Amino acid sequence: MVPRRFVVRSSRPDTRDTRTLELSPVDGGPLAFDAGQFTMLLAFGVGEVPISISGDPTAPDPLVHTIRAVGPVSRALAGASPGTVLGVRGPFGTGWSVGDGRGGDVVFVAGGIGLAPLRPAIREVCAARADYAHVAVLYGARTPDDLLYADDLQRWAGEHDVEVQVTVDHGQHAWRGRVGVVTELVARARFDGARTLGLVCGPEVMMRYSALALLDRGVRKDRVRLSMERNMQCGVGLCGHCQLREYFVCVDGPVLPYDALEPLISRAEL
Amino acid sequence: MRSIPEYLPAHPFFAGLDDRWIELVTGCAVNAHFRAGQQLFHEGEPADTFYVVRKGRIVISTRTPTGSVVLDTVHEDDVLGWSWLVPPYRWTFDARATDETSAVRFDGACLRQKCEADPELGYALLQRVVQAMSERLRSARVRLLDLYGAPT
Amino acid sequence: MEPRVIDTAGVQALVDALLARGYTVVGPTVRSGAIVNAPITSVEQLPRGWGDDQEAGRYRLRGRGDDALFGFASGAQSAKPVFFPTEEVLWRGRRTPDGFTVEAEDLQDDRRDDQPGADAPYALLGVRSCDLAAIGIQDTVLTGRRPDAAYAARRAAAFVVAVTCSDPGGTCFCVSTGTGPRPGPGRGAPYDLALTELLEPGAHRFLVEVTSDRGAEVLGDIGSTSATAADLEAADGVADRAARRMGRELETDGLKELLYAAAESPVWDDVATRCLACANCTAVCPTCFCTDVEDVTDLTGSLAGRNRVWDSCFDADFSLLHGGRVRASTGSRYRQWMTHKLAAWIDQFGMSGCVGCGRCITWCPAAIDITHEAAVLRREAAEQEALP
Repeated sequence: MVPRRFVVRSSRPDTRDTRTLELSPVDGGPLAFDAGQFTMLLAFGVGEVPISISGDPTAPDPLVHTIRAVGPVSRALAGASPGTVLGVRGPFGTGWSVGDGRGGDVVFVAGGIGLAPLRPAIREVCAARADYAHVAVLYGARTPDDLLYADDLQRWAGEHDVEVQVTVDHGQHAWRGRVGVVTELVARARFDGARTLGLVCGPEVMMRYSALALLDRGVRKDRVRLSMERNMQCGVGLCGHCQLREYFVCVDGPVLPYDALEPLISRAEL
Repeated sequence: MRSIPEYLPAHPFFAGLDDRWIELVTGCAVNAHFRAGQQLFHEGEPADTFYVVRKGRIVISTRTPTGSVVLDTVHEDDVLGWSWLVPPYRWTFDARATDETSAVRFDGACLRQKCEADPELGYALLQRVVQAMSERLRSARVRLLDLYGAPT
Repeated sequence: MEPRVIDTAGVQALVDALLARGYTVVGPTVRSGAIVNAPITSVEQLPRGWGDDQEAGRYRLRGRGDDALFGFASGAQSAKPVFFPTEEVLWRGRRTPDGFTVEAEDLQDDRRDDQPGADAPYALLGVRSCDLAAIGIQDTVLTGRRPDAAYAARRAAAFVVAVTCSDPGGTCFCVSTGTGPRPGPGRGAPYDLALTELLEPGAHRFLVEVTSDRGAEVLGDIGSTSATAADLEAADGVADRAARRMGRELETDGLKELLYAAAESPVWDDVATRCLACANCTAVCPTCFCTDVEDVTDLTGSLAGRNRVWDSCFDADFSLLHGGRVRASTGSRYRQWMTHKLAAWIDQFGMSGCVGCGRCITWCPAAIDITHEAAVLRREAAEQEALP
């Protein structure tokens, strides 16, 4: 329950309210992690929040976190300048296990900040691109200004033969891409549902609709995985806050298969 | 470029539709091309066409005193327009091609006539149009939630 | 070791022997019109002659007219606060010129002296069978997957004297949950000695059953006589009579499936019209384990740290996410609590989270009764089933 100290090496703005921090341990080795896992990130004297790891699992130093400033703690974290020492506990939870998609298609469906937890898995696939058939990254955001990782999106499409499709909820005339929701991308992307592993991350409503869109394309329920958000606090299944019926989302999740989640996310206030 | 009878069965909108019906509706169709920046129709104008988009990009928008707002974009494999199907046969929004765009343009009155003559075709066509409408409606509703909304 | 018999003086000798071994002896005593657990040194501090009347939303002491030391049912407190204190320091840190330092000190000085658990080791006197089961459940929860070191240390150091429940309350249902009324080895947490208080026939005495070497050692320090067949028979009688006087009943068969299927039942809305979301039930529940962390700082911001405190799924912010609360309605919170306790717990830990102690019923200011609501849900499900 005691945090390790990590120092902020760099901080880069992604969007108006989101920054990506690179952190290195003050003492001890780097934080090995699986794509999809999260840490509890501490701003000393302010508090601690769960933040997914968005770096490269094969190169865990530096530890990379993309943080959206939405509350007092995340504001303090996103605003941490280089040299600031932050506390880190973890990594916690289940990963995407994207390797289960080897030999077939992998479809990443991201909504908003949900691209951040998927990024390590996308990098994992790009690093072993030949092991996979068709790979698609389908990404929805609020406006073109809210899009994360523009360089990555270009690189994945340009250098790694990834079908990258982006849509925004609200586009101005200067936006040359799609206006609409991410489920429309799922309906149109060029994958074969029968051999697809679908990994979905974003707001819960977006994940529900995206999962259904994947099923409509013939993806099996147990081959669709969602990254759930609940009130994770301890990270080790002891504090009880993140329970989703029988699951402790911090330990049994955050990544859970759709067939397990279906009866739970279809009920209000569970 | 493939001819209309060759192309239509391959478009998702017509997928699974009986050959003889495709043949029937082809009689209402012509090829249409739009330059980037060309207006397809304006809000309030009589709606007498239905577009099956082959390639390109069309923006559906509306005007406010302070500028034009993009509501949706239409791309390859999409369809555009259902105002031809229901009274008062009037376009609700503006549509403009932003890229070089190719489409198959159907005459709305011609389509309606064929549907009325053959209700079975009418039902099959209506089902497809409603599916497209339902997708647009769902998209609008989900965006209404502003899921990725700015923190409050 | 064969069962032994001691008298009231023997209980005092037992307390003395435990004190002599360095234990702080925590036992039941009357305070402010209720029976509470507190450090004791004398048999005179036990609730001699006191029983209790318990009903939904009601607790009153009642004079028994005899000399029974353990003639009452569960009080508000279980063993939970002893092993799992309401507040625990996780770590303290200090701001330094180049960041901060962190220590996971066992900061005992932060804890008030009167708080159970402040000075280990503890000897618990008079732990009921339901509470033994509850300790066993907390052992699984708190040490089964990710060991809580402080909890494990307190548990390992503690000496437990169990007691057979002789006079269950109106809200008790340990027979339904299979957790009482008599302590039994292998049922719930291990204990060292088990007492069964015998008021008749014959002299006021206690049958002592020994279940650990440590227990045998302590018992060896004090005078005891061997138990007769009549003593054993009398003890069986005490437990049998108690088992027949349960105030409540809970049908546990298929309860998990019933609750999972009832997620959208109107029963939750009905409970919500009565439930105050006061969290009394979770505070008195001997197995509820949810905690919150409190970030503490001094005014200058140079010292900071985290404390772990008891929390409740009835608290409005328990399920808080950026953007709102997952369980905003009171009905959804009651559903969460009851479904977790009686159903999800089974999936999580291989056992129900309820031991039938009845505390949540007694201490609910709105007299909400988990056994009643379970029965209503079952009836509702049966009626649904019967529909054409």
